[in-house]
Amino acid sequence: MFDKILIANRGEIACRVIKTARRMGIATVAVYSDADRNALHVRMADEAIHIGPAQANQSYIVIDKVMQAIRDSGAEAVHPGYGFLSENPKFAAALAEAGVAFIGPPQAAIEAMGDKITSKKLADEAGVSTVPGHMGLIEDADEAAKIASEIGYPVMIKASAGGGGKGMRIAWDDAEAREGFQSSKNEAANSFGDDRIFIEKFVTQPRHIEIQVLADTHGNCIYLGERECSIQRRNQKVIEEAPSPFLDEDTRRAMGEQAVALAQAVNYTSAGTVEFIVDGDRNFYFLEMNTRLQVEHPVTELITGVDLVEEMIRVAAGEKLRLTQGDVRLTGWAMESRLYAEDPYRGFLPSIGRLTRYRPPQEVAAGPMHDAGKWLPVVGGGDAPVGETATRNDTGVFEGGEISMYYDPMIAKLCTWGPDRDAAIEAMRLALDRFELEGIGHNLPFLSAVMDHPTFVAGEMTTAFIAEEYPDGFAGVDLSDAHIDRIAAAAAAMNRVAEIRRTRISGRMDNHERRIGTDWVVFVQGREIRVITDADREGATVRFEDGSEMRVTSDWRPGQPLAIVHVDRVPVVMKVARITGGFRIRTRGADLPVKIFSPRQAELARLMPEKEDADTSRLLLCPMPGLVVKLHVEEGAEVQDGQPLCTIEAMKMENILRAEKKGVVSKINASEGDSLAVDEIIMEFE
Amino acid sequence: MKDILTQLEDRRTEARRGGGARRTEAQHAKGKLTARERLDLLLDEGSFEEFDTFVAHRATDFGMDEQKYPGDGVVTGWGTINGRQVYVFSQDFTVLGGSLSETHAQKICKIMDMAMQNGAPVIGLNDSGGARIQEGVASLAGYAEVFQRNVLASGVIPQISVIMGPCAGGAVYSPAMTDFILMVKDTSYMFVTGPDVVKTVTNEVVTAEELGGASTHTRKSSVADGAFENDVEALIEVRRLVDYLPLSNRSKPPVRPFFDDPGRIDDSLDTVIPENPNMPYDMKEVIGKIADEGDFYEIQAEFAKNILTGFIRLEGRTVGVVANQPMVLAGVLDIDSSRKAARFVRFCDAFEIPILTLVDVPGFLPGTGQEHGGVIKHGAKLLFAYGEATVPKVTVITRKAYGGAYDVMSSKHLRGDLNYAWPTAEIAVMGAKGAVEILYRSELGDRDKIAARTAEYDTNFANPFKAAERGFIDEVIMPHSTRRRVCRAFASLRGKVLANPWKKHDNIPL
Repeated sequence: MFDKILIANRGEIACRVIKTARRMGIATVAVYSDADRNALHVRMADEAIHIGPAQANQSYIVIDKVMQAIRDSGAEAVHPGYGFLSENPKFAAALAEAGVAFIGPPQAAIEAMGDKITSKKLADEAGVSTVPGHMGLIEDADEAAKIASEIGYPVMIKASAGGGGKGMRIAWDDAEAREGFQSSKNEAANSFGDDRIFIEKFVTQPRHIEIQVLADTHGNCIYLGERECSIQRRNQKVIEEAPSPFLDEDTRRAMGEQAVALAQAVNYTSAGTVEFIVDGDRNFYFLEMNTRLQVEHPVTELITGVDLVEEMIRVAAGEKLRLTQGDVRLTGWAMESRLYAEDPYRGFLPSIGRLTRYRPPQEVAAGPMHDAGKWLPVVGGGDAPVGETATRNDTGVFEGGEISMYYDPMIAKLCTWGPDRDAAIEAMRLALDRFELEGIGHNLPFLSAVMDHPTFVAGEMTTAFIAEEYPDGFAGVDLSDAHIDRIAAAAAAMNRVAEIRRTRISGRMDNHERRIGTDWVVFVQGREIRVITDADREGATVRFEDGSEMRVTSDWRPGQPLAIVHVDRVPVVMKVARITGGFRIRTRGADLPVKIFSPRQAELARLMPEKEDADTSRLLLCPMPGLVVKLHVEEGAEVQDGQPLCTIEAMKMENILRAEKKGVVSKINASEGDSLAVDEIIMEFE
Repeated sequence: MKDILTQLEDRRTEARRGGGARRTEAQHAKGKLTARERLDLLLDEGSFEEFDTFVAHRATDFGMDEQKYPGDGVVTGWGTINGRQVYVFSQDFTVLGGSLSETHAQKICKIMDMAMQNGAPVIGLNDSGGARIQEGVASLAGYAEVFQRNVLASGVIPQISVIMGPCAGGAVYSPAMTDFILMVKDTSYMFVTGPDVVKTVTNEVVTAEELGGASTHTRKSSVADGAFENDVEALIEVRRLVDYLPLSNRSKPPVRPFFDDPGRIDDSLDTVIPENPNMPYDMKEVIGKIADEGDFYEIQAEFAKNILTGFIRLEGRTVGVVANQPMVLAGVLDIDSSRKAARFVRFCDAFEIPILTLVDVPGFLPGTGQEHGGVIKHGAKLLFAYGEATVPKVTVITRKAYGGAYDVMSSKHLRGDLNYAWPTAEIAVMGAKGAVEILYRSELGDRDKIAARTAEYDTNFANPFKAAERGFIDEVIMPHSTRRRVCRAFASLRGKVLANPWKKHDNIPL
């Protein structure tokens, strides 16, 4: 076994690898850029070596710099994490030349799977199901119809040179195939000057399901079940789970065996992932193979009890796999939510800045990973309590740390495990509600919303879930009346505690103290809820107008930002901040101003006029902190709906801001090179 | 006998009607509450004790003898806020437009006299069309009587003015002399001369809102200390403000139960100062992490944002905070920020509220605008205010404390009781670059030499230790322990006694 390994990565994955290495008694070397001087992975590693400026293309992905760090540290092996150099065959080659072990697959396997066409060909040869299609030239509409019916409808008719949806048609029968062929051909000729057309199977109700494989250098290869990653936004995975709620045992086995066959065909070693697209009838087709540890690997670990990083290290050290296919058991259910520094209310634009508050939920051990003894070391510290469900948070940040613009906006991977899917989802809901994260925009509310979405809860999602369910983006969540009642009961009880504290101030007139009433009106989510609070030593009983009652208990004290209130023994977990006349309560993806008034206050509050938000429709506001890279228009310019107005660079992403409607630019307040804050006015319209 | 008792009830009912249903409706239609409704919100339920319910004016000119209303357009008395006594007056716009008559003024003066005598704050809810023209000079005399009491009460009892409607002409000068002016957005305005007169005299066309609305006075003129969305929110926030204030200069600032460990360590403060000294950070985060429960009641939040002023609690006790804000103009001191902070420091000192000063200041803002505007005298106000303050003063230098601004910001030399610095502090006459350019003018052509000199200056002077060696800094502290240190510092100063030499009053550079 190795004595020392280097992790050629940063962020949560570097931290994740360090935890396992430490448990195995292996010393760790971190590498870091200027921007990561104080990063968590640097703090956690036994040694850390600086490898250059913040930009990854001048540090983390410069092979020479990483090689130098390996030489300087004397590391015997390198774990590449994901991204950066993990699937770079040149890096694998450089390591081989230097006699340093690569904790990953052989260079040839990386190369073979790195090319879309080669990999599909190899998959085909290995007997892996691929999307049926006709790659050759198609002469005319009749031939198109013939080929289409051979493939089986529906089919996708695509321009070879196509892109952006142009020259694409879906056909459900021969007539549509003929017509589609002709119109695609015309469109392709006009748009691309290339009218070559091909036809392939159109996958309906597609789901993204992938198989985890693990292979050693002794010819052994197994699969560790699947992960479903259908909840994606623009091809970026957001929520993953294992197992998939869609697969049956036969399909799982078929997919697993094909994945193994493919891995063996390329002499694969280490951990790898074979991605499939699965249609509504459980037909599955090979997409690609990822020759690295996947971001979402924890869900597999949580249901199998296998520490994939440990196995990768052992394989790289030449050991034989310690388990056979027969040993692999999938127990319970695991969920993963990816926390991104992306503001869901602003079209998921990246958000950067300081994490003024970062308090993930307490990690809890349970399930196969705990039973296999892998849990405690991996979550670090080893002090996680044991529970019915598990909570695991893989992270690379800390309170007071900075989310910089240079790297991936993922902050953490919050995972839960439960004996079944419902339990895992419920654990995730509570874990998301407990997650305190301030200082930057983040997608916690969106993740909570998905956990409560009926389609997701029923396990009936496809890769189009986010696009279909949130076509206009995410505008927050409206909670059910029943849920709001519970929040109202909790808020009334909390308000009572806060008001009582106010009456305990010094300097009161003796014998003329303020008495707190029992009647309250809670204004929340457009409703007015009248309640009567009967407090006692243990908590309060909250009575509603219809005579129903809720029992509220909590150890919440005024000023605490996280409230766990038991309403009829069910926990309501809320992030709480004081606002004028009540609380801002965030729970289950909702962000609610909640006002708690006495009946008299309520009566007078009703007289107050509703104020409209300031009209910003004639302004282009900067949606995120960033740099003005380019102004596309000048003052006085007439712009059309959708026309690019300005490019803002943030998080190394160029974001093009477009006109929301037709108009004339009356004034431009920013110039190229300016650094802007959120909501700064870039330009005004007439 | 029964009849006589009933008669009182009838008279009271009549008084409570104010200007009648129609005018009340008009008041509501404007988004405003009536004088009595406002008192219901301001005071603890059932605590209001009214005086002078039946006072009526004595004017007869212009047919005024036909228009008499019991109470004469203002409701006065006392009540409690969370059980603590306050005196209140609430002008009733539904009665003769809330205009101020001789008797209206007398009612206000009566409760002000009581407040002074009994040691309780005065809260005025202003909603008045101005002087009652029909009464002529008697009305003006009434204003002056109120003004005189504002002056005498200043520094004796806290005075809070809430502007909840028009407040124009001479009427503005009573709120102007109180400690805090709070406004209601969209429904209140204050000006000495209104838009019509402005048009006549200067030809300027301006709306009442632009001339003297809440936004103007919180952002531009700094006349107001805060503004709120509507009457209900404004009055809830006034109650919150009163919870921070002592009842008078004869009583101590209030203490309240708290649920935050005074020894709480906050590791994230160790990374709040950016690596690059030219990068800003949000001083509000630092204040929030020091304060009990992160609660900060900011005063003049929208004006001179390069300095922060407001109240926090430490161990349940009120502390005034003055802090440079590196997010705005690098936290520089200028005319506006000096004036803002000076007034706040003097309020705290007058009412024995301890002061916490957080320092990250690159100096005073240069330029003709500042010099011609009199930054010398305005800057001196803050210096003067700190120098004369005898309350417990604790200072934490987080980063820059350059030049004269170092002296000003509650330095040891201005009788700062406990002056702490974070290890990131740079206490020096100026930044390295500027200093090197002066000290090594002859070497300016040689870039390498200058770089070496700058580095040398940085090592030797851009730290807190030169000051600590001289005892100007009592201790260099870890940022994460700031709350614990500051709480203990103020705890150690609870018995502080310090007096300035006897004088009639000082002569602060106004």
